Amino acid sequence: MGFGGKDLTLGNMKALILVGGYGTRLRPLTLSRPKPLVEFANKPIVLHQIEALVAAGVTQVVLAVSYHAEQMEQELAQEAQKLGIRITFSLEEEPLGTAGPIKLAQSILASNDEPFFVLNSDVICDFPFTQMVKFHKQHGREGTIVVTKVEEPSKYGVVIYDETGKIDRFVEKPQEFVSNKINAGMYIFNPSVLKRIECRPMSIEKEVFPYMAGDGQLYAQELHGFWMDIGQPKDFLTGMCLFLNSCKLNNSAKLYKGPGVVGNVLVDSSAKIGKNCRIGPNVTIGPDVVIEDGVCIKRCTILRGATIRSHTWLENCIIGWKCIVGQWVRMENVSVLGEDVIVKDELYVNGGMVLPHKSIGASVLEPKIIM
Amino acid sequence: DYKSAHYLSASKDLDVGTRFRPLSLDVPKPLFPVAGLPMVQHHIEACASVPDIREILLLGYFPAQQLQQFVADMIAAYKIRIRYLQEYQALGTAGGIYHFRDQISSGNPDAFFVLNGDVCGDFPLQEILNFHTSLSTPSLITIMGTEATRQQSTMYGCIVEDKETHQILHYVEKPSTFVSNLINCGVYICSPDIFKRVGEIFNSRQDFYSCEDSEGTESIQLEQDILMPIAGTGQAYVYTTDRWWSQIKTAGSAIYANRHYLQLYHKTKNERLAVNGPDKPTIIGDVYIHPTATVDPSALLGPNVSVGKNAVIGAGVRIRESIILGNTTIQEHSCVLYTVVGWNSTVGAWTRLEGTPCDPNPNKPFAKMDNVPLFNAEGKLNPSITILGNDVKVPSEVVVINSIILPYKELSASTKNEIIL
Repeated sequence: MGFGGKDLTLGNMKALILVGGYGTRLRPLTLSRPKPLVEFANKPIVLHQIEALVAAGVTQVVLAVSYHAEQMEQELAQEAQKLGIRITFSLEEEPLGTAGPIKLAQSILASNDEPFFVLNSDVICDFPFTQMVKFHKQHGREGTIVVTKVEEPSKYGVVIYDETGKIDRFVEKPQEFVSNKINAGMYIFNPSVLKRIECRPMSIEKEVFPYMAGDGQLYAQELHGFWMDIGQPKDFLTGMCLFLNSCKLNNSAKLYKGPGVVGNVLVDSSAKIGKNCRIGPNVTIGPDVVIEDGVCIKRCTILRGATIRSHTWLENCIIGWKCIVGQWVRMENVSVLGEDVIVKDELYVNGGMVLPHKSIGASVLEPKIIM
Repeated sequence: DYKSAHYLSASKDLDVGTRFRPLSLDVPKPLFPVAGLPMVQHHIEACASVPDIREILLLGYFPAQQLQQFVADMIAAYKIRIRYLQEYQALGTAGGIYHFRDQISSGNPDAFFVLNGDVCGDFPLQEILNFHTSLSTPSLITIMGTEATRQQSTMYGCIVEDKETHQILHYVEKPSTFVSNLINCGVYICSPDIFKRVGEIFNSRQDFYSCEDSEGTESIQLEQDILMPIAGTGQAYVYTTDRWWSQIKTAGSAIYANRHYLQLYHKTKNERLAVNGPDKPTIIGDVYIHPTATVDPSALLGPNVSVGKNAVIGAGVRIRESIILGNTTIQEHSCVLYTVVGWNSTVGAWTRLEGTPCDPNPNKPFAKMDNVPLFNAEGKLNPSITILGNDVKVPSEVVVINSIILPYKELSASTKNEIIL
């Protein structure tokens, strides 16, 4: 093996991550930080993806964004150096949809003959990038889509393919069951795909894939293991549970063990946890977080620098950076606190979505947005 | 010397205390503890502090054995003659007094107080007694009155007063249009001569109803049947007070009364209020903790909390504006706000009990508690104090908001704005 454990025989691959716009579905968190940098299981979402790409032989990553991303450029420049790769940004003057950005980044993506990855920035899973390359080279056609099994396929578009993986067609939101496999948002393409895309707003699902499938050039690869689109809070938390479970199955040493811990819990080493707490199952606690005595947290993400004061009970919440949650507070039902929110003592927040820098002095009895 | 008669079944309907359910399902309402003492004990205490009170009589429809122990305890505590006289049917305030007139008149008291069982307040009994006995023309009945807002006055007995003589010119109970904002507090002082008057009315009604069945004919209401006719005859007077006064009709009003009675302890019963100290829970404001209750030092109590006999309050518990009745356990880290937790109940850990106060409007002078109905126009429960009846079990980590849980119920999940039967 070589540098960083990546397989050098794969060559210098490239990847395009479709970041897109302002990440409005993950507000209020994305009001303070660009979505790719929101920490999922204590690491920016995009970094989970980049690290997995690097391990599969990618040496250059392009982030397709449709707004100025100085903050991202700065933070990711450091990571790029650490990983020994190049990270560049492709700025869409107007949003180009799901296919247009690929064309925009043509000069990088098609700079050699190697296939390149394209991924949706909201996807978390046990990234199968190495297996994707193998399968793609094996069938030798133009494109490979990763598909995943879901419980309710009619909420999505399903993919119909044969036993070799050759995709026959796509069916958008089928009324009756045809398949339970959906597009998992991860692709490998040969550079020849760029002939099919114009530099204008284009949907890859509607305007590219159907033609590739018609030409027999598109293959599906099943993903094994967990998968989640974490673009909104409810799914962010579900994805966190799946991720932690995967940690448990693979690499238990990362998970936190301590007094009062139940189930899978991830705790940054700089966080402090008080006495008589019950943490978990399914909790991630970020750097510099302070959890005071007698706190009970279940199925939550607590971001960097937050403080949870004593005797508070949290379930199914995302607590934003630097928040202060008072004593004897109860929060549940996918409550999300933006950056630097203060929740006063003894309040009840049920499904409250609170914008940054807000101080809450009254209970939120029913799901509501607090500006 | 004097006596006092406390009418414990103040309402006209035969199901007494139904608005106080579920708290009255297991215990007679007059015995419900507010600020650590049964409601009627606050009355007894007020009367016992009037010198020359010889005897206190409790009149009611409750079975005698429900009050036996209480009466014995009161005699021991206040060293005064106290008796419970049980009505054979609900006789109404005047009917009850008339029925037991011999007991009240025995020993020839110069006057006797009458108090409705569900009023509460800082009663100026000595002052009203002085007023009554120093009147130039004798009063058959002197009513304690207080001011209400114009709008709320129509929910009470309204008194029209002669400002100079303080005679009652007119009295009407719950008028449909505004009459006066001076209302009847349900506290009276009567001359024994009033029995003659009541007898006349009683007899005239007997004649009228002689061919009907006897159910209800002996019920005579003090307000409608006695006060209204006496008003304007120069024999009824009103003494106006501006000290705190209210009624305890619903469980929610018990929280309000709890707060005010606790505050009154500062005057003469300061030793009843809990204080901060090493190895003691942190106390904010007025808090009553029964000497047999166990409260973890890491708990934070108050303001306006009463904790009953043998209650157990666990580590890190927060209680505010609530009444915790006897033998109840609240486990660690739980938060109890605006709630009445019934006797023998168990509340798990990290659980939140929360109600909504229905206090009088603090911005309106003389505002009284509103009589908010249980349900609103859409049939939903109006937000109110959360009440747990006797022997209720609430699991850990749930939330109970604006709900009423009937006795012996074991909750399995959170409840909001519900009555759990």
